[in-house]
This record gives sequence, structure tokens and C-alpha cells, in this order.
Amino acid sequence: MKKFLVLLILAVLGYYMYDALYGIGIGIPRFTDGVKDFYLDKTVSQLHVANTVTSIVVNFRGFDTLGEVTVLFLAVTALGSILYKKRHDVGTRSILFSSSSIVRSGSKLLFPAIVLLGAYVFIHGHLTPGGGFQGGTIIATGFLLMLLAYENFKVSHTVLSFVESFAGILFVVIGLFGFMNGGTFLQNFLPEGALNNLFSGGVIGIIYVMVGFKVATELTGLIYTILHEKD
Amino acid sequence: MIYLILILFLLVLIIGSAIYAVVQRDLLYAVIATGVISLVLTAVFYILQAPDVALTEAAIGVALTTIIFIITIRNTVRYESDNDKKNKIKKL
Repeated sequence: MKKFLVLLILAVLGYYMYDALYGIGIGIPRFTDGVKDFYLDKTVSQLHVANTVTSIVVNFRGFDTLGEVTVLFLAVTALGSILYKKRHDVGTRSILFSSSSIVRSGSKLLFPAIVLLGAYVFIHGHLTPGGGFQGGTIIATGFLLMLLAYENFKVSHTVLSFVESFAGILFVVIGLFGFMNGGTFLQNFLPEGALNNLFSGGVIGIIYVMVGFKVATELTGLIYTILHEKD
Repeated sequence: MIYLILILFLLVLIIGSAIYAVVQRDLLYAVIATGVISLVLTAVFYILQAPDVALTEAAIGVALTTIIFIITIRNTVRYESDNDKKNKIKKL
């Protein structure tokens, strides 16, 4: 009986999904024609951005990126709220054992290089492949290496939450600045600059740096919380 | 043509590691096999001219997910026992 009910609900939901999605016409060549050409043309001619993917993600679909960042933030917050209580009584590490001196020296040597690579990836998000999410994840990987190699490597939660909140607020404030010249949310208000320059593309560079900081701090806090959980 | 052969070889490698990850009883080896899937997938994305996706896959799939799974294994058990499988079949 229960299984039948579930199947019935699934069938009804499936019918409505089919009904809603059938009208869009996914897969018909005409569906993608105008948008694709618009993006490819406007990216170079109007925004002066070398990386089309970045210009779509941050400029044309900037509001979706804000939603993506919010989803990541909510997921990390939920996990932190589950594990928070256990984190306070950290005496000795339960999951990790002390690592050898080779691992310690190696990770000390690699850590600045990894952070530099991450910073490069998100600062040059509009020129080379990559962007805020990728760069932030690379930086979080560097912190993960240090947390695994050193038993008493501490990350300040106050600094992490401050940087994260600041980056998120600045993203929204830059979006609101788009209203200044009678535009829309997240519209470009800075000069575009020349193609292939570091200072090109207007607000894209600033927004991606903010996204990079936000993702890096969120994931670092997440890893720190998981590693210091003690049962 | 050479790219097609290369992509086919990489796809076979992906499917092979996936099957190994499912069959393997030692969960640590299974997690490493899923990391190998992500690593090979990064190469496939790069060949298919999607370097952005390749970067994401390399950072998240190879490094973060694997490490989080390994932490989970250290917190729980490493070997999948026979009883688990029997119970699963009984429940089904």
C-alpha cells in the first residue's frame, strides 16, 4: 500500500514535470541559437573579457552565482551546527596521529605554493581557466595539508567568519551598485579596460576575488570542524 | 582519431576503477579508486576542451572528497564485513 502510494505520487509529479519541461523545447537547434551568439559576441566586444565561461557565470548569470554561493554557505552552516557541540572538548586528536618530519617539512614547503596557485587562479579568473570556486578550493586544499601534517595547526574561527561575511556582503553590495546608473542587479559600473589586461571586465575580477575568499574560508572551516570532531 | 582512441582508453579506465571500487572489500582501496576516477575524468575534461571543469574536478574530486572519505573511514571501520552483505540481501 505504501509503495503504491509512493509510486502514485511519483507518477503525478513526473507528469507535471514532463508537462512543464515539454514546452521549453530542449534539444531543438533554435533553442540555443540566439543566446549562444549573444554570449560569444558580447563577451569580447562589450565586456573585453578573454574567458567566456567566466563572463557567463559572473556577468550574464551573476545572480545564479550568488545563489550558488548561498547554497554552499547553507550547507557548511548546517554541517557546522551539527558538529559544533562536539568540537569544544578537543584534548588529543582522535583521528590523526603525529606525522614524520619529512611530511612536516614537505607540507611547510608546499603550503605557500598551493595558496599562491589558488590566489592566481581566482585573481586571473577572467583571463585564464578557473575562477573563484576553483581557486578557493585549491587554497582550502593547502590548509587541509597543513592541518593533516601539524597536530596543533590552529585556524582562527573568528578570522574565518569575518572574512567570509565580509566577502559575502561585498558581493551583494557590488550587485546593488549596479542600480546606480539606472541598471539592474550586478550590472557592470566600472570601466571595462582593454582585452587581456588584468584590470578588464569591470566588476568581474572583484566579484571573483570575493567568491574565492568566501569559498576558501568556508571549506577551510568545514575541514577544521570535521578534523577536530571528537566522539 | 588518436584523440578518440585516447578518450576511449580513459573511459575504459574510469569504468574499470568504478567496478573495482564497488567490488573491493577494503574501503580504503575503494576510496583511492574513486579518486582515480576523478583524476582520469580531469584528463578527459581537459581533452574535451573544458579546462574550467577540469580544475574543479581536480580540486574537489581528487583532493577534498577523497580526504573527507578517508577521515570518515578512520572514524568508522575499514573493512566491509560479510554480515553487512547478508543483512542487506535479507532486507531486500
